[in-house]
Amino acid sequence: MRGSIRASAWADGGSAVVDLAPTYVATAAEASESPRSWRAGIIRFCRREPLGTVGLVLVLVMALAGLSAEWIAPYSPTSNDFAAMTEPPSWAHLMGTDQFGRDLFSRIIFGARTALIVGFSCAMIGGITGLVLGVGSAYFGGRLDLLLQRVFDVVMAFPLIIMALAVIAIFGGGVHNVIVAITIPLMPRCARVVRSSALAIREVPYIDAARACGFGHTRIILRHMVPNVMAPFLIMLTAFVGQAILAEASLSYLGLGVQEPTPAWGLMLQGGAEEFASTAPWIAIFPGLAIALTVFGFSLFGDALRDALDPKLRER
Amino acid sequence: MYRYIASRVLLAIPTLVGAAALVFVLMRLIPGDICVVRLGSGGSNVDPRAVAACHAELGLDRPVILQFLDFVWNFSRLDFGISMWSGKPVAEEIAARLPISLEIAVMATVFAILIAIPLGTISALKQNSWIDHVVRTVAIAGIATPSFWLGIVSILAVLDISNAVFGAPWMPPIDYVPFWEDPLRNLSMAILPALTVGYRYAAVSMRMTRSAMLEVLREDYIRTARAKGLLERLVINRHALKNALLPVVTLIGIEFAFLIGGLVVTEQVFNLNGVGRLFVLAVQNQDYTLTQALVMLTVTIFVFANLAVDLLYAWLDPRIRLG
Repeated sequence: MRGSIRASAWADGGSAVVDLAPTYVATAAEASESPRSWRAGIIRFCRREPLGTVGLVLVLVMALAGLSAEWIAPYSPTSNDFAAMTEPPSWAHLMGTDQFGRDLFSRIIFGARTALIVGFSCAMIGGITGLVLGVGSAYFGGRLDLLLQRVFDVVMAFPLIIMALAVIAIFGGGVHNVIVAITIPLMPRCARVVRSSALAIREVPYIDAARACGFGHTRIILRHMVPNVMAPFLIMLTAFVGQAILAEASLSYLGLGVQEPTPAWGLMLQGGAEEFASTAPWIAIFPGLAIALTVFGFSLFGDALRDALDPKLRER
Repeated sequence: MYRYIASRVLLAIPTLVGAAALVFVLMRLIPGDICVVRLGSGGSNVDPRAVAACHAELGLDRPVILQFLDFVWNFSRLDFGISMWSGKPVAEEIAARLPISLEIAVMATVFAILIAIPLGTISALKQNSWIDHVVRTVAIAGIATPSFWLGIVSILAVLDISNAVFGAPWMPPIDYVPFWEDPLRNLSMAILPALTVGYRYAAVSMRMTRSAMLEVLREDYIRTARAKGLLERLVINRHALKNALLPVVTLIGIEFAFLIGGLVVTEQVFNLNGVGRLFVLAVQNQDYTLTQALVMLTVTIFVFANLAVDLLYAWLDPRIRLG
């Protein structure tokens, strides 16, 4: 990051080079090395973690599909063609059509967007809130810690799907409410894991040193504790994306998540998939495969990330 | 040990009260009125006097705090009350559906243990070999595959295979018949849902077995056991596996407690009348007493399964001293 900022300064500010030539010469070399080291890092990751690379590729493909759905999808995900209902896969409809004559391939591509929006939003909101609560709970300890632990106990004891059912029943369906429903149970899970790492860090002498220097709580938490719990946090984030996608699919399948006509993989499996299971099995097969492959990709990548970030596992 | 159990049971009380408060508030935040739904099911306009009478009958006209205190007090006496929707005792409603869910949960657990421990162990012993890669991929696929989709695909496969073999499609039965009355019918009903739920369960346990075994296999005492010429089979079974199973036992216990939640969707796919389905119906019908009882039952199972796992952990590993 540092290298790339300075490299752009090198490219833009010719006059600055005159005054700070020695510094810039050094950093320019650093900047030229930086992309190469990034590339080397990626190549090393791919060589060491072939399964993780497969996961990363799957995630990137799904992300690309979701981002550029308008350009890739051959049909509108909501347009019906009543002359082509439950058509098997063909060149005209790569994954066939559903019982309303909608193109499944287009719906799956647009569904990737819904899945990734829900997955990333839940993981980011749930993860970051959990991070703050977990580190804060470990750092301050005492009554706050005790109280937060009991609250986490209550939320964690609630099955995810039941909590989501209640939240959806209160606020109604739709992408935003699904995000809220799935995020609530993710927060304490993240907080628990982060707290256990943060408790160990709290006892390390540099935290005492930071306190002795007179730094405030916010600075100690953000600058000294949070960066040190980043490894388990990042691994958990990748797992959360997958879990959130699965939870969204389950809720939509139950009719409690994303509502029609928004294309969502779980919603595509509701109704038609079972009804036409024997006559049009592609209606059931392709959306399920899309969910499984995406979560599979995130899980593989998360595992590889854990191995790469944990020196103990790396040695093995 | 007794002091530890007592302190854990005491710690469970705030969790249970918190869960009771949460479900109580959540249910009352859901828009709508069970009396209006119940009385208006015929489609006609609802008489406000009838609604008021219904509220009085169900105790919904009393102050909310009194309703909550009643709920907690009754729960502490294991009195779950009467279902607001069906009018039957909640305990009866749950008891009618519990055997089917319990059977699926137990079968899924047995399936998970039978698959996870041998495969996880082999995967760890053959680390980074093709077997390891295959097992890991199968395990991650198990975590990634939605159980309801696996259910749909398995029904599809059964339909196609039965059609091809017997000339007519066959569907597993959906009504519960106790095992001792008709074992074949009972198993044909429960086997597919159990495998569907069990695959994910097995996948999670397999990964845990593998990583625990990898951890243990690098311990000094394993090297010592090998150095003194002990048979590899004994090193694995007696020294490594016995110690590696500790976290696996924990995970199996916790996952079992989570199974009720997992069964919600699976029972929907297989059209089974179990506790999971009852949960969805209770929330949709705004049946406060039934939903509250089901949530409290799930939370209690979760809390005490955790306690049982911790005690089992201490019993399996004498180095762990609780208290």
